[in-house]
Amino acid sequence: MKKVNKTRAGIQLDRRTFLKGAALGLAGTALPLNKADASFWEAFFQKHFQELNETEIKSVLQRLEKEYEQKYKKAITVGNEKPLPGVLFGYGLDLSRCIGCRRCVYACVDENNQSKDPQIHWITVLRFKKGEKWVDLEESEKYYNPSLVPESEYFYMPVQCQQCENPPCVRACPTQATWKEPDGIVVVDYNWCIGCRYCMAACPYGARHFNWTEPSRSPDEINPMTHYLGNRPRYKGVVEKCTFCIQRTRNGRYPACVEACPVGARKFGNLLDPNSEIRYAIEHKRVFRLKEDLNTLPKFYYFFAYGV
Amino acid sequence: MGNLIKNFFIALRQIFIGNRTYYLWVAFLSFFILLGLSAYIDQLHRGLITTAMRDQVSWGLYISNFTFLVGVAAAAVLLVVPAYLYNFKPIKEIVLFGELLAVTAITMCILFILVDMGQPMRVWHILPFIGAMHFPASLLAWDVVVLNGYLFINAIIAFYVLYRLSIGKEYSMSVIGPLIILSIPWAVSIHTVTAFLYNGLSARPFWNASILAPRFLASAFCSGPAIMLILFQIIRNRSEVEIDNRAIFKIAELIAYAMGINLFLLGAEVFKEFYSGSIHSYPITYLYFGLHGKTSLVPWMWAATLFNITAFFFFLFPKTRENFTTLNLGCLFIIMGVYIEKGMGLVVPGFVPDTLGEIYEYSPTTSEILVTMGIWATGALLYTLLLKFAIPIYTGKLRFETKGRAGMRMSTN
Repeated sequence: MKKVNKTRAGIQLDRRTFLKGAALGLAGTALPLNKADASFWEAFFQKHFQELNETEIKSVLQRLEKEYEQKYKKAITVGNEKPLPGVLFGYGLDLSRCIGCRRCVYACVDENNQSKDPQIHWITVLRFKKGEKWVDLEESEKYYNPSLVPESEYFYMPVQCQQCENPPCVRACPTQATWKEPDGIVVVDYNWCIGCRYCMAACPYGARHFNWTEPSRSPDEINPMTHYLGNRPRYKGVVEKCTFCIQRTRNGRYPACVEACPVGARKFGNLLDPNSEIRYAIEHKRVFRLKEDLNTLPKFYYFFAYGV
Repeated sequence: MGNLIKNFFIALRQIFIGNRTYYLWVAFLSFFILLGLSAYIDQLHRGLITTAMRDQVSWGLYISNFTFLVGVAAAAVLLVVPAYLYNFKPIKEIVLFGELLAVTAITMCILFILVDMGQPMRVWHILPFIGAMHFPASLLAWDVVVLNGYLFINAIIAFYVLYRLSIGKEYSMSVIGPLIILSIPWAVSIHTVTAFLYNGLSARPFWNASILAPRFLASAFCSGPAIMLILFQIIRNRSEVEIDNRAIFKIAELIAYAMGINLFLLGAEVFKEFYSGSIHSYPITYLYFGLHGKTSLVPWMWAATLFNITAFFFFLFPKTRENFTTLNLGCLFIIMGVYIEKGMGLVVPGFVPDTLGEIYEYSPTTSEILVTMGIWATGALLYTLLLKFAIPIYTGKLRFETKGRAGMRMSTN
């Protein structure tokens, strides 16, 4: 499997690329005063998302839809569904069921418009050898590639954004470009992120990913139903992460990974609803959260529905 | 107003006065600046993929250099304290050059942050009022405040002193005294805050150690003065500025104490990590011995340790400290040692193994190295130009016009 982090573009500067780069750069860094569309400056001066009023949000969403349509030659809606009152999203993952097939990983990519070249995955599935160290993640294997899963001598643990109640990434961000929504989802404003990557250093779960170059995805692969704080196409130089499929879950649907899981290892629901499936799992199973010693209070619970 | 413009041109003319060596030096630096600029322009177009940084190791050479240079800037305080508080005359005469070095180092720090940003056009988002500065929660916001504050304080002190000298007057301590006093804790704060930037991240056990800030300060008080010692000798040789040997030896003595403390703190860290032997000792194991056959930093770290220990003994004994061969060798050792230790040796192991246990070996690309060299060349050029004004003013060769006194005195060498 080709991974974003395995490619490494070295750069050779012969004279020609040097001159070409210099010429391109001078043209590109010159401020686009003559640019026909004013949307560049509109985007540049866009305020912090939480400071925008309803009319301003509407015009921002329209501008983005226009930009995306120009870029991908197809209609893309950028929504802004608000958090529902009385909802705090929580996630459950049944480790006794997970077979390590990575269908969740690719369902997530299809749904959330991640870059395909280089590849960005919001879900990482770790493989552990049975009977060996476990809490020590250094013993895990991320790039396992057998012809068939599950393998009898291994077990698997998918990791994605844990949507912490006490998120270290949010505290770290110097520009408040990432925050926790009232329904518990940690979101990023891709138009406010400066790309300093301090949040990536702060995240204990490797859940944040950076667009090291212009994300690329062919127009027919674009999911046109998007959310401003979720799966709308991103830019080069900004951080992105799992949002529990904010564009789906705020409309009463399951996250794509939950729907894709062939063995039903993934549970999702409202932590404030005593009758939800996730509450049942928390109350009746032995659950744990990843790296609890860091006191990040994830809303992502691992459990064992049955013992094998 | 007329005088101001005239004086501006008098000052500007200084840039063009120089011999062949000066022009060659400027051309040499400009070459690297242009090379760095072209690599940076390519990075702007293609994104940070031109670097070797990836999600696993998301900071690299740029932030390493930033961290090292914060230390260099902070070290100006090592001159300020003996100069102004203890009135140690030999150092008081040269403290100005230390302050100009601080100004240069902070400027370079800011450049290193800028080139590391994915969206440099949005840098204003970090400012208070017009942006959304996350103060006081984010340590990076603190760093913006203290670094810019320090730049400001040092620039004001240096330029005030130069201005008074240039109009032929003594500077008055009642004007800059409070600023000088303020600059001392402020210098400590820039390095403390930068240490806390790493220190506060519980996700990274290698950084999440209380020893980080004290070690930062100790190593900064070695590397910054070591750079200054070399610069002082160059200034002394190439201009009429007189720098007393006593000042140089006193600074060398202070370096010995700082390096002693730095090595002690390193020992404390090594003991804790290796004796307790928890899984949190993987990063330091990776640094000094390698993990799973991944050993790219190992030779560097041992070299750094060897450099630092050798330099410590050179500076400890008056005999080697006051011999310019061993003194300069010691300075070079310290600069290289601390550059490795506080640069790549600090930043990279924070990410290796990463939070999910993966080992991604980072080694910078040519593009990254070119940008880095470009910023160093920019810093060298800035310091050269600053000295180009400061030295003639300091030696009394350059005087500005004031109302009372027309004309300037300037020799033509």
